[in-house]
Amino acid sequence: MSQQTQTLTIDGKELEFTPGETILEVARRNGIDIPTLCHLKRTAPTGACRMCVVEVQGGRALVASCAMPAAPRMVVATESEKVIEARKLILQLLLASGNHNCLVKGSDGKSYDDYLARLRKAGGNVQPCPAWGGCRLQELAWRYGVTGGRFSPTPPRYPIEDVNPFIVRDFGRCILCGRCVQACNEIQVNQAIHFGYRGAKAKIIAAGDRPYRESDCVFCGECVQACPTGALTEKDARNAARPGETRRVRTTCAYCGVGCQQDLHVKDNRIVKVTGVEGAKPNLGSLCVKGRFGFDFVSSPERLTRPLIREGDSFREASWEEALDLAARRLTAIKEKSGPESLGVLSSARITNEENYVAQKFARAVLETNHIDHCARL
Amino acid sequence: MAGLAASFGSGAMTNTIGDLEEADLFLVTGSNTTETHPVISTFIKRAVVLQGKKLIVVDPRRIVIARYAERWLRPRPGTDVAWLNGMMHVIVAEGLYNREFVEARTAGFEALQKTLEAYSPAAVEKITGIPAAELAEAARLYARAGRASIVYCMGITQHTTGTDNVKSLANLAMLCGHIGKPGTGVNPLRGQNNVQGACDMGALPDVFSGYQKVADENARKKMAAAWGVGRLPTFAGMKVTEMMPAALAGKLKGLYIIGENPAVSDADLGHVEKSLRRLEFLVVQDIFLTETAKLAHVVFPSACFAEKEGTFSNTERRVQRVRKAVEPPGEARADWKILCDLAARLGRPLAYADERAIFEEIRAVTPSYAGITYARIEEEGLHWPCPNEEHPGTPILHREQFTIGKGVFHAIDYRPPAEEADADYPLFLTTGRVLPQYHTRTMTGQTEGLNELAPESFVEISLEDARALGFDDGCLVRVASRRGSITVRLKVSPNAVQGTVFIPFHYAQAAANRLTNAALDPVCGIPEFKVCAVRLEKAA
Repeated sequence: MSQQTQTLTIDGKELEFTPGETILEVARRNGIDIPTLCHLKRTAPTGACRMCVVEVQGGRALVASCAMPAAPRMVVATESEKVIEARKLILQLLLASGNHNCLVKGSDGKSYDDYLARLRKAGGNVQPCPAWGGCRLQELAWRYGVTGGRFSPTPPRYPIEDVNPFIVRDFGRCILCGRCVQACNEIQVNQAIHFGYRGAKAKIIAAGDRPYRESDCVFCGECVQACPTGALTEKDARNAARPGETRRVRTTCAYCGVGCQQDLHVKDNRIVKVTGVEGAKPNLGSLCVKGRFGFDFVSSPERLTRPLIREGDSFREASWEEALDLAARRLTAIKEKSGPESLGVLSSARITNEENYVAQKFARAVLETNHIDHCARL
Repeated sequence: MAGLAASFGSGAMTNTIGDLEEADLFLVTGSNTTETHPVISTFIKRAVVLQGKKLIVVDPRRIVIARYAERWLRPRPGTDVAWLNGMMHVIVAEGLYNREFVEARTAGFEALQKTLEAYSPAAVEKITGIPAAELAEAARLYARAGRASIVYCMGITQHTTGTDNVKSLANLAMLCGHIGKPGTGVNPLRGQNNVQGACDMGALPDVFSGYQKVADENARKKMAAAWGVGRLPTFAGMKVTEMMPAALAGKLKGLYIIGENPAVSDADLGHVEKSLRRLEFLVVQDIFLTETAKLAHVVFPSACFAEKEGTFSNTERRVQRVRKAVEPPGEARADWKILCDLAARLGRPLAYADERAIFEEIRAVTPSYAGITYARIEEEGLHWPCPNEEHPGTPILHREQFTIGKGVFHAIDYRPPAEEADADYPLFLTTGRVLPQYHTRTMTGQTEGLNELAPESFVEISLEDARALGFDDGCLVRVASRRGSITVRLKVSPNAVQGTVFIPFHYAQAAANRLTNAALDPVCGIPEFKVCAVRLEKAA
């Protein structure tokens, strides 16, 4: 190793680090799981949530491992009694800070049906949380055995904002971790959302506290993907499926040439949601409004489902046999009468490499024409 | 494509997307990056806003990315060769060029130098409208940057001088040695998911996969042997922009269109529709009954990207997996299967077990893809060229030498666009995309929310022009060119500059391409979508 290599001890393990690395980074690199809430990769640590606190030997207070640089000979404990107590307290405060009804008083059941039953019993018109089962706050509460009863909950101060086609902003479920603000300002750099107001009135705002639609928001959805709770959710996905009910299929976006890596979330043979693949090149988890929300075409009722054959000014449905036979007959007739120079193929910048390859082979080896192109020029 | 290939020997993006953040300076031109390649724009915006890197935007519209720029230069549409020559004039005159790089790695500098003499910033200002001092300052910034990256898109290529424009960008990069290193290069952004792949796979008239020339007898023999056919056709293939006139003339009689909608995307639409109607037989294979499919004799329903396996090659030459998530609707089939089914009936069966089997054949006959396998790209795609399975792929091209050996300078003079604003048609029209929509809206038009954000076509105009014409924001106007007219809503916008209007090309109902000029770049055959002359009148 280079001369620059220095070591510290985390949970009894002596670990190397490079100057500038935080305790959290060294720990994660070595498979030690320090829980985080507000920490967002590729952005400057804010230390806002304090969930990642650790105990440093000789230190007077617990430190936020996301912001504290590793130092030589430092001795760190990531799950000491003191640390666990601190995390529990933070979780209890967060759970009481708004509408986090998944863990209402005294219940820590992990069944969604139990949750719904409890909500019904509690009465009132309380909506179930759309992030149930996919919420980082809930996951950490389970991990540390915390329920929501310790402090009395504060009622949500701001109403839900959903006057746009794609994103629901439920401020009651917001824990002000700031990940969305970082995603918008430090990753997408759209500079549309910020922290607004102060103290108990604090709120994530867009354009002087207006709806997304009236701000610089371009609906890339980076904020939704960054949100650890149910505060920011995809409008359509809220009703279509709960986290955990879907199967993820990783693929490449079908819009522009960037080739963003995305996960299609599928339920009952239907795409219900799309997310960027965290850390994967080239997009490193980011998507745009089309890649994230423009998937309805796949299950559109207007999709072609059967071959069509022209009859006068309209079409009639036909079997594959009939349509293929007709195409083969007509193409052969033209080729025999006017030669292969009279036939052409327009392949596509939308279809796969495999299909483009087969298309050019079809043109050259089957139809025997070099008149093949695609619409890249257009 | 052809421009870069002539200069460097390869027509693709020289560097990668991630590599953009290594640049000290970006020159973005003819790319409305935040709307057409939003995720790439984040790399540029991060570098500028968070790391203090410099950005120069040269574009006829005051596009969103210009807000992040140190300098926004505004050329008259169609004058790109002139301002690029002007920048190079300054760089040479002030001795800011990379002498070492020019001598060691390039050819043709003397001829370029001679041509540049006439392009003083003052002379260029007369052609382009860019103030001489601003152009000179931009030239110095580019030349002096440690690492400078050029990013461009259709605003450079969709001109009758598109190939010249690209060659000029290549000239500029070579002149300053801003190529072959991280954070540098000449980077065309591809507009569609698999344009790069369609080209790589030989869906072009003159090449097989991997740009192996059809005119080369050895290449033909190799492919004929691989495909088990006696011989392959030798006649020169036509480009799409040549096929349409050939169809109209009755020379092209049968056409097979896969997943494209030229009836909305082509220049001078009236002409395209007439051409397609003249065909004796038109087959269209698509996921929707598009405007083009409606003209067909037979329509085959195909599977979309989420319904099949395969690969796409992105704008940075990265070959990535496409995976099946859902079943295709009804009886729809994957495009390759339909072609194989038809080939069998034409007496020349093409038979593959699955997509992977096709990819294995691609590898076997395509040197630049030979080292790429489905297994290797399971987690992360590879950049071609990748000649063998041990090769790590090639993120940055032209590191030690150019693909063609020495890089070629092209001495190019400015030629005006095919049509300019005049007394009858006093405004320039340029066309492009808006963020929420895509191409002819076949896909995006199905998402209500995207239509809500961008419901209809519009003509974007400056406040000055709108006032001079006496039009209010939001009124309906008739936009007419020498080829046709459409009625659209007027949108007064700070993005527009006096003298030039903009219309997105997505909307079939008010198709911008009824107005555009089908005049072609003589090399590439790309139509001049980005410049034509129009006039605006009150809608009847």
